[in-house]
Amino acid sequence: MNNKNNHYDVIVIGGGITGAGVARDCAMRGLSVLLLERFDYTNGATGRNHGLMHSGARYAVTDKESATECIEENMILRKIASHCVEETDGLFITLPEDDLGYQKTFVEACRAAGIRADIIDPAEARIMEPSVNPDLIGAVRVPDASIDPFRLTVANVVDAQLHGADSLNYHEVTELIISQNRVVGVKARDMYTGEVKEFYADVTINAAGIWGMLIARLAGITINMFPAKGALLIFGHRVNKMVINRCRKPANADILVPDDTVCVIGTTSDRVPIETVDDMRVTDEEVRVLLAEGEKLAPSLATTRILRGYAGVRPLVAADNDPSGRSISRGIVCLDHEERDGMAGFITIVGGKMMTYRLMAQIATDMACSKLGKNAVCETATTPLPGSEQQKPASGKQAFAINAAEGRHGTFASKIKYESDTDRAMVCECEGVSVAEIRYAVENQHVPNLVSLRRRTRVGMGTCQGKLCACRAASLLGRFSGNIAKAQCDLAQFLDERWKGVKPVAWGSALREAQLTATIYQGLCGLDKAIARKEDEK
Amino acid sequence: MATTQLTSISDHNFEQCLKCSICTVYCPVAAVNPAYPGPKQAGPDGERYRLKDPKFFDEALKLCLNCKRCEVACPSDVRIGDLIQQARMKHKSYRPKMRDMMLASTDLVGTMATMVAPITNFTLGLKPVKAVMHGVMAIDKHRTFPAYSQQKFEAWFNKNARDYQNTFAKHVSYFHGCYVNYNFPQLGKDFVTVMNAVGYGVHLLEKEKCCGVAMIANGMYNQARKQGEVNMASMRKSIDQQRPVLTTSSTCTFTMRDEYPELLGINNDGVRDNLSLATRFLFQLVDEGKIKLAFRPEFKMRIAYHTACHMQRMGWAIYSTELLRMIPGLELIELDQNCCGISGTYGFKKENYETSQAIGETLFADIEAAKPDYVSTDCETCKWQIEMSTSVKVLNPISILAQALDIDATRRLNSSEWHRMDA
Repeated sequence: MNNKNNHYDVIVIGGGITGAGVARDCAMRGLSVLLLERFDYTNGATGRNHGLMHSGARYAVTDKESATECIEENMILRKIASHCVEETDGLFITLPEDDLGYQKTFVEACRAAGIRADIIDPAEARIMEPSVNPDLIGAVRVPDASIDPFRLTVANVVDAQLHGADSLNYHEVTELIISQNRVVGVKARDMYTGEVKEFYADVTINAAGIWGMLIARLAGITINMFPAKGALLIFGHRVNKMVINRCRKPANADILVPDDTVCVIGTTSDRVPIETVDDMRVTDEEVRVLLAEGEKLAPSLATTRILRGYAGVRPLVAADNDPSGRSISRGIVCLDHEERDGMAGFITIVGGKMMTYRLMAQIATDMACSKLGKNAVCETATTPLPGSEQQKPASGKQAFAINAAEGRHGTFASKIKYESDTDRAMVCECEGVSVAEIRYAVENQHVPNLVSLRRRTRVGMGTCQGKLCACRAASLLGRFSGNIAKAQCDLAQFLDERWKGVKPVAWGSALREAQLTATIYQGLCGLDKAIARKEDEK
Repeated sequence: MATTQLTSISDHNFEQCLKCSICTVYCPVAAVNPAYPGPKQAGPDGERYRLKDPKFFDEALKLCLNCKRCEVACPSDVRIGDLIQQARMKHKSYRPKMRDMMLASTDLVGTMATMVAPITNFTLGLKPVKAVMHGVMAIDKHRTFPAYSQQKFEAWFNKNARDYQNTFAKHVSYFHGCYVNYNFPQLGKDFVTVMNAVGYGVHLLEKEKCCGVAMIANGMYNQARKQGEVNMASMRKSIDQQRPVLTTSSTCTFTMRDEYPELLGINNDGVRDNLSLATRFLFQLVDEGKIKLAFRPEFKMRIAYHTACHMQRMGWAIYSTELLRMIPGLELIELDQNCCGISGTYGFKKENYETSQAIGETLFADIEAAKPDYVSTDCETCKWQIEMSTSVKVLNPISILAQALDIDATRRLNSSEWHRMDA
């Protein structure tokens, strides 16, 4: 920990992209900061979305303000987070069942919001993006891109620390310490040891996404939020090179995004009770809708292997004067609870989108600075994140795993040391993760378990879903972190987490793959029996 | 719009890969050369990354022998070898070198070399020439080029055999391949002898070009495709005349049956089922009771049979071994299934020599231990490799058959018109 006396200028609650962004912004402005995350960074909505870097075109017709924010942040992220971004561009296609008249409205709205939108001939679109539905009758090209939320968040956390911040994942805020209508600190429980620690700060910023509603309740404050579940499916490899959207009013399953080695179709949108948000599961009906609509964007999805399904929860906020939630905004909401609820030292930043996290962080940090009487300029729009200081190396002639690691870590990849054949040995063969990369992640990126390791390196994200790599990775994690005792339970939890995503799409090759995994870990290695024995011993 | 994707872009079943890694266990290259990442990674794993960005194409894919043993091993029917070859075709950043073009252009080089065969053979055998080839052309100095024949098989056939082929009741066409034509016409002569003995007239195709296997291996895909189209057109004509096409080379057969449609996009419908290896054709005729074989009683030979990789891929070794087993005086040892390491032109390249010999090591030791009179195999490049690396000479099963058959007796058994012809 950088800070030894347990008192900070700012405590940020929530290790999603918003919280990580706030921590970075505060730290860069010279504030002392503590970031607290209940599970792993990106565990909430940040890690459960499309990985789409919106151009803003999707919102241009319905929400010009959001659209403008998106395109501005889009252009900023290309510069400051180049190692997390793949500049794919996107198409908005019109199918025969859609109204081609909407295209004109759409293009005009895009241009009004400052988004470049070029109408292109359907024949040209078919050449540009061979996977697109060949029946399309119209296409518009926009500056959409794909972005890796895991890398983006970790880069923000790492940079916050480089600027003096402290950051703890697997620490759950259980209580806000309140004194004379002022939040003066938090109690946080270490999720591994159970130990409860107290931390104090002049300002506490609630950036916990949908869980922010529960954090506010700890101070007796009500925020009207509407959890909206969105389900998505991941395919085993890329079918498309560009983002493909439907050119119509936003609806279900109308975006297909190429992300790293895979592509993702989504999403659905359904209100769910706040009590259920910790365990979102994809339903059969959602799978059906996603596939039926997805095939209209790219017909080859019908015959492409599906890896898994997952779902996240959008933290939508109702305006304070509309408790019914009828006029829900996707815009940014920054609440000064001193002004709103008479609770000093407490700010909630919520709403918005992953795309606009930096702007959200800037707004929240501005508010924190004014409360602290600090006058410092925001520099996050121009200072590259660690890993993006230079453009991606245009490498090629080197081993697959080294290439893959450069894609994941940007300029940080130079810190991965390949000193022996063992270092170069492959742990995850699907995604090209080497022993050296695992060691780098464990030593530098807050990796207490395999799920975190997966998010830092993509280990277990490939088509085998951990079958070959999970036990290798568990062994290395145990060795590098010096905690071999919990490796077995960690391995079992990791495989369960993988199965949770495979289950909704368990047919064909995905089912065969899962069966082979079960045979290896349960039949051959007796992992389930070993876990049962451990629990008996307890 | 031919580029539009309607069906899965999963060429060659790559999504069916369950990552079981059995292919890598069976890969002869991965076993001896750590620089090669193995078929799983070079094939289905790498393909996902190449779809993301072509920069993930790994030059180490050049080390693949294209032996297809991975495909034989795969329990999920992923055509791993095809994936790797296709990736090389799509992403290769190098142009074929002069050496590669020379090794691959078997027709052109063969034609020139046979014209001056004694000089060529003498020159290619000279130490200084080998040193120059090693140094300048990167053709390994340990290699011995197969000797060029003074008379091409086609010339021999036209002069000595063509005229009486129409006297037979049944007919086949013979795709002799470059090796028989330029280097070893004896195998072609043996083929004609055997086929005539069982009552079949032999004909050459209207036009025959090299099957293109060496061109595929050396990146000359367009040339390979052009030649393939010529071969298919000629074969279609032959098949229309009720003449199935036979070969005496497992690799030529495999290339034209399977690599043409999978890699070169050549349509071989209607040809594939009528294009076979001579041993398979003969075995099936014997098996169906349509021909009979008579053998020389004094014939004795101890044979060690080596299954060439493409023979294994086709699953056809059993036709050759069972045919050989019909010979009463023949003692047959089936060698364990191991790649010999040459893989056509692969082993001729200086950079591959060590890998090539390391792959073959087990096979060479098995051969020496078996102490056979001859090794038999259906592939000519295996023959060069085995003859260079062991003390044993190699014969094609058809040549063994030609030696073992009592030709006159066989002819009598298979020709109802024999009396009239002989009289």
